Amino acid sequence: MPIRLDVNGEARSVHAAPRRTLLDVLRYDLGLTGAKKVCDRGDCGACTVLVDGQPIYACLMLAVACEGKRIETIEGSAPELDAIQQAFVAHDAYQCGYCTPGQIMALAGLLRYLAQPSEEQVRIAVAGNLCRCGAYPKIVAAGLAAARARAKAK
Amino acid sequence: MPGARVVKNRTEFEGRIYEQLALVQGIDLRAWPADAELRQVGRPRPRIDGVQRVSGRARYTTDVVLPGMLHARILRSPHPHARVVRVDAKRALSLSGVRAVIHRGNAPRHFAEEVRYVGEHVAAVAAESEEVAEDALRLIEVEYEVLPFVVELEDALKDRSRAQRKESYSRGDVRRGFKEADAVVEATYRTATQLHNSLEPHGAVAVWDGDRLTLHESTQAVFDVRTGVAAALGVGLDEVRVICDFMGGGFGSKLGHGHYSEIAAALAKQLGRPVRCVLDRHEENLATGNRSASLQKLRVGARKDGRLIAIEHVAWSGTGTEAGWVAATTGPTNSLYDAPNVRSEQHLVLTNTGPFSAFRAPGYVEGTFALESALDELAEKLGVDPLALRKRNYARTDPQSGKRYSLKRLDACYARGAELIGWPRRKPGGAQGRTSYLRRGLGVATQVWGGGGGPPSYATVHLNADGTAVVRTGLQDIGSGTRTAIAQIAAEELSLDLDHVRLSSGDTDAPYAPASGGSQTTASVGPAVRLAAADARRQLLEAAAGLMEVRASEARLVDGRVIAGRGGKKLPVSEIFQKLENYTVIGKGSRHPNPSDVWLRSFGAHFAEVEVDTRTGSVRVHKIVAVHDIGRVVNPLNAASQVEGGVIQALGYALMEGRVLDRPSGHVMNANLEDYRVPTAKDVPEVVVEFVGEPDRRANNLGGKGLGEPPIIPTAAAIANAIANACGARVRVLPMTPSRVLEALRR
Repeated sequence: MPIRLDVNGEARSVHAAPRRTLLDVLRYDLGLTGAKKVCDRGDCGACTVLVDGQPIYACLMLAVACEGKRIETIEGSAPELDAIQQAFVAHDAYQCGYCTPGQIMALAGLLRYLAQPSEEQVRIAVAGNLCRCGAYPKIVAAGLAAARARAKAK
Repeated sequence: MPGARVVKNRTEFEGRIYEQLALVQGIDLRAWPADAELRQVGRPRPRIDGVQRVSGRARYTTDVVLPGMLHARILRSPHPHARVVRVDAKRALSLSGVRAVIHRGNAPRHFAEEVRYVGEHVAAVAAESEEVAEDALRLIEVEYEVLPFVVELEDALKDRSRAQRKESYSRGDVRRGFKEADAVVEATYRTATQLHNSLEPHGAVAVWDGDRLTLHESTQAVFDVRTGVAAALGVGLDEVRVICDFMGGGFGSKLGHGHYSEIAAALAKQLGRPVRCVLDRHEENLATGNRSASLQKLRVGARKDGRLIAIEHVAWSGTGTEAGWVAATTGPTNSLYDAPNVRSEQHLVLTNTGPFSAFRAPGYVEGTFALESALDELAEKLGVDPLALRKRNYARTDPQSGKRYSLKRLDACYARGAELIGWPRRKPGGAQGRTSYLRRGLGVATQVWGGGGGPPSYATVHLNADGTAVVRTGLQDIGSGTRTAIAQIAAEELSLDLDHVRLSSGDTDAPYAPASGGSQTTASVGPAVRLAAADARRQLLEAAAGLMEVRASEARLVDGRVIAGRGGKKLPVSEIFQKLENYTVIGKGSRHPNPSDVWLRSFGAHFAEVEVDTRTGSVRVHKIVAVHDIGRVVNPLNAASQVEGGVIQALGYALMEGRVLDRPSGHVMNANLEDYRVPTAKDVPEVVVEFVGEPDRRANNLGGKGLGEPPIIPTAAAIANAIANACGARVRVLPMTPSRVLEALRR
């Protein structure tokens, strides 16, 4: 069935079966492979994107349910992304990098609503994003650094 | 440059020593001295591919989409042991979008008649979409003849056809040793099956161009995948090219080709279209390897003064259906301490569960938990400080070979770690936390491992006309930052900025580089890259000297400029070669053998501070101090990340991870990331990382050894020892869940 989506500020239409998840539409129909499929059942957070500004697991959302919604992915230019991405590189906040797009989108969701989060709030924001390499200490440090950098820039 | 020649070499890989021949070229360089002023090596540098990682542009195997690509899904056995009598794919093939079904009946090369665990592959479907392929699996009819099975290690132990002694080791006379001991600890330790759960699943995308297969695969070893797939298909090495650009973790489970590689290749050949075969999370937890569960009996005896006199260690490791090898669980017992009488046995136990595979320091993780727990129990019995006991039995030479170490600074790890955790605060019986039911304690444990690397490994360095460089070597970056370390080494030798060095890697069309495993990658490939860069530099200077009309020995390369003579001309490389327009200087390098007169090992010590809630048995790890001795550290930023990651993976192993099997059915009950718990950001303690950093100049021309596995080795024992110190509960079973802590408290 036809579905109209707003993906990273562009109007996109796809034809997808009603059972197709937002994640599969992003990855297979739109070629946006930044969001990763790790568990496909909402356990790991690797497919995190923003839907109407809220971080969600794209594997748990059917594409048809996103009709007309605003979707932001790691490939886009959400205003929070730049600072977080720079902080991730500077802090080495990854190892294999497979969870990284999800971690960054979860933090983008946090910083949109909370400009100066505490360490505990950053930790909670990424608590639903598994990192098997164990980059957590540096992910949290990068999240805090990104918030500081954005506060300074304003 | 002297031509190719064959040399003898000894390398340690995954806890075992291998004597091999290797082909090398040229003459090795000496390692940089400790006080050398290096501009790249030893400096913290962000990843050269960091921008791709944070932008979603990094292309992993799972992201490879090719025109006309089909999707494969695999049908797996619901029985722990059965004979596949008949497979009927008629209904599956009639489903719209299904292109092929392969199974025992039409592809016997890739499917066995007997399936030996729940999740073994029985058939595969290729279809236009993943969803259709998945639907088709349900339409395949399989007739099984169900056979007897055993899934639990301790049930299989009783069966002589399943339990085999694979290795034994002894020195001195343990029986006499124990007679002379003033204190003896005898205990049984158990560890659970740990599942890798690399976030990127195992998988491959296969595409044939005429007779040549290109296989994109998420692997730690492109060359081993090439060998395995070529053999499985019965084709030559030139007919298979394996590519792995970005890779989403492996931890030992991606060291060779898999059934998915064969299935993708076979279906792609049959259908003349690219085929993607990527496993889902459930399959990951059934059929892609695991760390063996272990049962270990340990006896440790010492004299009153704390001198170890005898150690006896018998280990049984459940290898699932893997009959070929078993992890070296008794390795630490044989080699960590200077004990005169040691005896050990390593048994392999077959069960009807998914085959085990290497998992980050296989065996040493399990064995160190037992040995280092027992050492603390002995310290308690002797009434001595656990750290003092370890220092008392410090091995100055390798206890197995009698050889000197190339370098051993474990003493510095102990000293610095003790300082960072505040070891003098440790009191027998622990300390009280904020309230009476919270108890705090400190623990220590030691790590020994190989990681010296060795040949074969090759690289070429190509200098471009504008002075920039491309390093070509087949190595894959498992995610540890190897590519950045390699670029730093080349940049150092070429006196270039890091952003003027590119890497062309992860491809079997490049020179051979070994697997990203055994903590060997940088120590194996790095020295070859350094030699290739030095060779390229030498050739460039020779040519430049000719054009500048000076002697080559008077020319130096600094920041992309050639400096000739004392305070002489300084000309940019691009200017010197302006008239040439285009050229490629090609430097070659190979990894030279390890020194034969000394023993290469890496060392480390972890210190843990924990708080135990004695009402609930829950354990909160507050702090881990990890100090490692790996010689020279190429990139302290990446290296610290790797240690933090190892500690956190070990934290999961210590406190929460373990496969749960249903004994009557043989099914894995927690084959997902909800029921199989791995640490989250909320679980991690403060992790303090330091390196001794003194170059091991005998090891290789970098002076550095590998770090991939060392940081996961001692953490679980350090935590167990801290728990025992905190509240007196000696937990001898991993994971140390609240119920096990409570049980130990009641003992």
